[in-house]
Amino acid sequence: MAFWRQYRRNVAAVIGLAILLVVVVMAVSAPLLYPGDPWDMAGKPFIWPFQSWKFPLGTDRLGRDVAACIFHGARVSLLIGLVATLVAVVVGIVVGAFAGFYGGKVDDVLMRLTEIFQTIPSFIFIFVVVAVFTPTVPIIVLAIAIVSWPQLARLVRGEFIALRGRDFIQGCIAIGMSDLRIIFFQALPNALAPVIVTASVTVALAILAESGLAFLGLGDPNVMSWGTIIGAGRAVLRQAWYLTAIPGVAILLTVLALNLIGDGLNDALNPRLRGRR
Amino acid sequence: MYRVIRIVRRRLLQMIPVVLGIVVFNFALLHLAPGDAVDVMAGEAGASNAEYVAQLRQQYGLDKPLPVQLGNYLWHVVQLDLGYSYRHNRPVLGLILERLPATLSLMLTALSLSILLGVGLGVLAAWRVRTATDTVISIFALLSYATPTFWIGLMFILLFGVTLGWLPTTGMESVGAGYKGLDRVVDIGRHMLLPAVTLALFYMAIYTRLMRASMLEVYGLDYVRTAQAKGLAGGKIAFKHVLRNALLPVVTVAGLQVGSLLGGSVLVETVFGWPGLGRLAYDAVFQRDFNTLLGILLLCSIVVVLANLVVDMLYAVLDPRIEYQ
Repeated sequence: MAFWRQYRRNVAAVIGLAILLVVVVMAVSAPLLYPGDPWDMAGKPFIWPFQSWKFPLGTDRLGRDVAACIFHGARVSLLIGLVATLVAVVVGIVVGAFAGFYGGKVDDVLMRLTEIFQTIPSFIFIFVVVAVFTPTVPIIVLAIAIVSWPQLARLVRGEFIALRGRDFIQGCIAIGMSDLRIIFFQALPNALAPVIVTASVTVALAILAESGLAFLGLGDPNVMSWGTIIGAGRAVLRQAWYLTAIPGVAILLTVLALNLIGDGLNDALNPRLRGRR
Repeated sequence: MYRVIRIVRRRLLQMIPVVLGIVVFNFALLHLAPGDAVDVMAGEAGASNAEYVAQLRQQYGLDKPLPVQLGNYLWHVVQLDLGYSYRHNRPVLGLILERLPATLSLMLTALSLSILLGVGLGVLAAWRVRTATDTVISIFALLSYATPTFWIGLMFILLFGVTLGWLPTTGMESVGAGYKGLDRVVDIGRHMLLPAVTLALFYMAIYTRLMRASMLEVYGLDYVRTAQAKGLAGGKIAFKHVLRNALLPVVTVAGLQVGSLLGGSVLVETVFGWPGLGRLAYDAVFQRDFNTLLGILLLCSIVVVLANLVVDMLYAVLDPRIEYQ
C-alpha cells in the first residue's frame, strides 16, 4: 500500500499503467471478442476506419478485420516482450550475482563474456539468428533474451559488489551460511528494485525489436503481430495509410506505457532519488 | 598525450578476447544453421548426387573435425577472408566494404544529429527546468523514445514524400540525373535527410533525457556554487563549467550505442531503399546467403569495438582524471 501511494504521485506513471492495462485487456479478450483466425478474410477489402460498425478500425487489402489483428497482435507483443525479459532477467541475475559476489577470476571471466554479448550489435544479431534458424516464437524470444541479459547482469553485479561489503552479508558469511543461500535469499532481495525498474524498459525494447523483426518479414508466420501488419500495410501506404498508422500507434502507446511505468517504479522504489525531480 | 596512448594500448589488449569470442560465436552460428554452404551450392547446381556433395565438402574442408574447422575459420578471418557469397559470386568482404560507406555516412549523420539535438534540447530543458519548455521537451523525448523507427520512417515518407512532395523517399541519389560536384552533394543530402532524421529521433530522445538529468546534477555540485559565488556570468557557468562535465555521460552512452545504431540502420535502410549494409543483410536473409549475413554481423561487431576505442580516447581527452588500470 505504501508502495502504491508512492507510485501514484507520479501522474505519468499512473497513465502508463492505465494504458498497459488496456493493452492487457485487449490481449486477454482477443480470443473471446474475435474468435476465429485474424488472418481470415472477414469482409470487403479497404474499408476505412469508422466507416462500418462491424469493422471499427477498417479492413486491410485482403479484407481482414484490422481490429481483430490489433487485438491478437497485443497478445503476441506482450507475450514475446514478457517471456524474453523473464529469460534475460534470470540469466542476468545469475551471471551478475556470481560475478559481483565472488569477484576476482569469476568476475573477470563472466564480465568478458558479458562484454562479448554487449559488443555484438543487438538488432543485427537478432535478425541473423532468426534468419539462420526459423522464425518461430521461441527462437525470436531466445534471440531477444540473448541480447537483453548483459545490461541486467551488469546492473546486478554492481548491486552485489555494493552488498558484499555490508554487515548483514558479512554476518551471513561468518555464521557459515552457504554461498547459494546468501546470494539468492539474502543479497538478491536487496538487489531486486533496480532490476524491476530496468526490466520494464527491457520489455519495451523487446517489443520494439519484435515489431521491427516482424516488419522485415521475420516474424513467426503463424501469429499476427503488429509489425507484420505494418509490413503488409507498407505496400499500400499511398492508398490506405491507416493500415500502417494504426498498428504503429498501438506499438507506440504500449512502449510509452512501459517506459512511464519504469520511471514511476524508479521513483517509488528508489527512496534516495525521491524529491530530486 | 602519453596517458592517452597508454589507455589505447590497454584497451587494444582487452579487445582481443572480445573479438575472438565474437568470431567463435559466429562460427558456432554458422554450424548450428540447418544446412551448410555445400548444401546451398548443391541446391544451386540443381543436381545433388551424394558423391559430388562429398567431394565439395572435402574441397572446402567441411569433412574435418570441428576444432580443425574452427582453426581454419579463424585463420581465414585473421586474413580478412570472410568467405564467399555464392549468390553474388564474389568474396563477402568486397561486398561488405562496397556497402559500408553508405551505412557509415547515414549512421554518422544520424549520430551527429541526435547528439546535437539531444544535447541542445537537454540543456534547454535543464535551463528552464519545471517550466512549460521543459515539459514540452520532456514529452517530445518520451514520445520519440517509444516510437518504432521503421514506422516513423513510413509516416515521414507519407507526409514529406507522398503528401507534400518535398523530399525524395528512396535511394541515395537521383538515378540518371547526372549531377556533379556540389549539385551531387546537395542531391545526396536531400536523400539522406529523411532516413537520418528517422534514425536520429530515438537516440536524440535518450541524449535529451540524459543531458537534462546530467546538467541538473552538475548544477547542484559545490564547485558550481563557488563559480556562482565569485560572480561568474550565468552563461559562462553553463557552458564552461557545467556543460563540459555534463557531457561525459552522453559520450559514454553514445559510444555504447554504435551497435544499436547499426541495427537501427538495417531497418531504416530497408524503409528508404538506402543502398547500405542493412539492405545487403535484408537481401541476404531472403536469399539464404549465410556467409554474407555472418560477415555483416562480424564486421559490424568490429566497427562497434573500434567505436568503443574512439570513445575511450575521447573520454580521456575530455576528462583528464581518467586513468584505466
